[in-house]
Amino acid sequence: MAYSEKVIDHYQNPKNVGTLDKSKQNVGTGLVGAPECGDVMRLQIEVDEATGVIKEAKFKTFGCGSAIASSSLSTEWLKGKSIDDAVKIDNMEIVEELNLPPVKIHCSVLAEDAIKAAINDYRKKNGMPELKFEEGVVH
Amino acid sequence: MLQFPIYLDHNATTPCDPRVVETMLPYFTNSFGNAASRNHPFGWQAEEAVDYAREQVARLVGADPKEIIFTSGATEADNLAIKGVFEMYASKGNHIITCNIEHKAVLDTCKHIEKEGGEVTYLKVKDNGLVDPADVEAAIKPTTILIAIMYANNEIGTVMPVKEISAIAKKHGVLVFSDATQAVGKIPVDVNKDGIDLMAFTAHKMYGPKGVGALYVRRKTPRVKVTAQLDGGGHERGMRSGTLNVPGIVGFGKACELCMYEMTEESARLSKLRDKLENTLLTIEEAYLNGDKGHRLPHVTNISFKYVEGEGLMMGFNKNIAVSSGSACTSASLEPSYVLKALGLGDDLAHSSLRFGLGRFTTEEQIDYTIEQVTNTANKLREMSPLWEMYKEGIDLNTIEWAHH
Repeated sequence: MAYSEKVIDHYQNPKNVGTLDKSKQNVGTGLVGAPECGDVMRLQIEVDEATGVIKEAKFKTFGCGSAIASSSLSTEWLKGKSIDDAVKIDNMEIVEELNLPPVKIHCSVLAEDAIKAAINDYRKKNGMPELKFEEGVVH
Repeated sequence: MLQFPIYLDHNATTPCDPRVVETMLPYFTNSFGNAASRNHPFGWQAEEAVDYAREQVARLVGADPKEIIFTSGATEADNLAIKGVFEMYASKGNHIITCNIEHKAVLDTCKHIEKEGGEVTYLKVKDNGLVDPADVEAAIKPTTILIAIMYANNEIGTVMPVKEISAIAKKHGVLVFSDATQAVGKIPVDVNKDGIDLMAFTAHKMYGPKGVGALYVRRKTPRVKVTAQLDGGGHERGMRSGTLNVPGIVGFGKACELCMYEMTEESARLSKLRDKLENTLLTIEEAYLNGDKGHRLPHVTNISFKYVEGEGLMMGFNKNIAVSSGSACTSASLEPSYVLKALGLGDDLAHSSLRFGLGRFTTEEQIDYTIEQVTNTANKLREMSPLWEMYKEGIDLNTIEWAHH
């Protein structure tokens, strides 16, 4: 299977690889997937507490090229978004942007889950109720 | 000068040796006859060519030419052997013994046999990928008619103790079938010394063309028979109907002849290159060899690079280097390799594996380049891997509650 150019570009030049200090009050961390499934994503956001805008996003991913690209793209999209807008990112937008084939849709689902998990971690740390989400469709 | 892409996936298939192609060419055009046409020169020529190839093929495995049944490949030969014995020996019993890392062509045929009322024992291999002959003996029952054990495994290259197993089989009067697809042409295989009664192998794994293979069926002590699985003109002594693939068979014969003369030198050269590749890659932290170092093919190595996913790893260099992975992402089933799992590897290590298969045209320069590319990509991806970070921080990954998808 050939990869789309966008996937290859994110794989070769991943954006925002790294680690934020998860002990900080304004950092939310989402860790999703499992080593046995061949995909683990960790997505972190640093939020401007005054405005609720994400000022920094970092990721680390164990997985195939599409998983790496999905998380790299997610960090790009998260930066500058408010946490309320960020939570609306839908996995199908990632699929479209990266041109993922059907067998790789689960990578985008994982990225969406990671975003939501990071936001919920931030909300929990800051005394906001956790958001409830429907289970992802494709896992 | 290095030319790209580099092919290191010789367990999947091999290129045709140019000498093989050259031998085949006349049989597409001038000598196009049907080997079964008994009454004119076109047929005679084709028949003569097939007879000659049959001798070349037989000689490589120590068989008599009459014991070689040409098929479309190893999958067909596997089917013919297992289903053919099951049907032919139905009055003697219905039990077959095999192992859990056989090729799907054997495993799925055995599943089919179970649906037809057969009983199959799937022996578990040890952690090094080898079947314990004692397990084989313990599994034999009065109804056992066949032991089907591969000669060498396609993913990890381990070579099974076929001789020991066939000695046990003989003692109990049970037939031995071996899928020797990966072994024939690479290491010495001799049906008599190895005590094999039926054996499947194929041309395209030994620098011959695709679409042609063989089933060896013993004719003496004991005389083995299989029930044909294709009905038709009664070719191949009634065991495999269908017009013979003359150019393919001619190429198969030539390929066998080349392997016979060049095997010793080629395997010595390849094992040296393989060892260089393997030993260097194993110096990478948390890299593990899969399979058995002692009992295996000279040109194969299978290595897991922990905390890096196999498909992701391949993507770093697969424009230039062709290898394969046991990762789920590379299979249609989204399950990691059942062979690696059978070795007791966790799914995480199975996802992190790469298989390198060297071949006749592999050069040291290619190996050096591969070492460099794999090392660099593994390092780069580990910098990107949350699991690597946790490992480096001393976190035991088993203590984490993963959200299983």
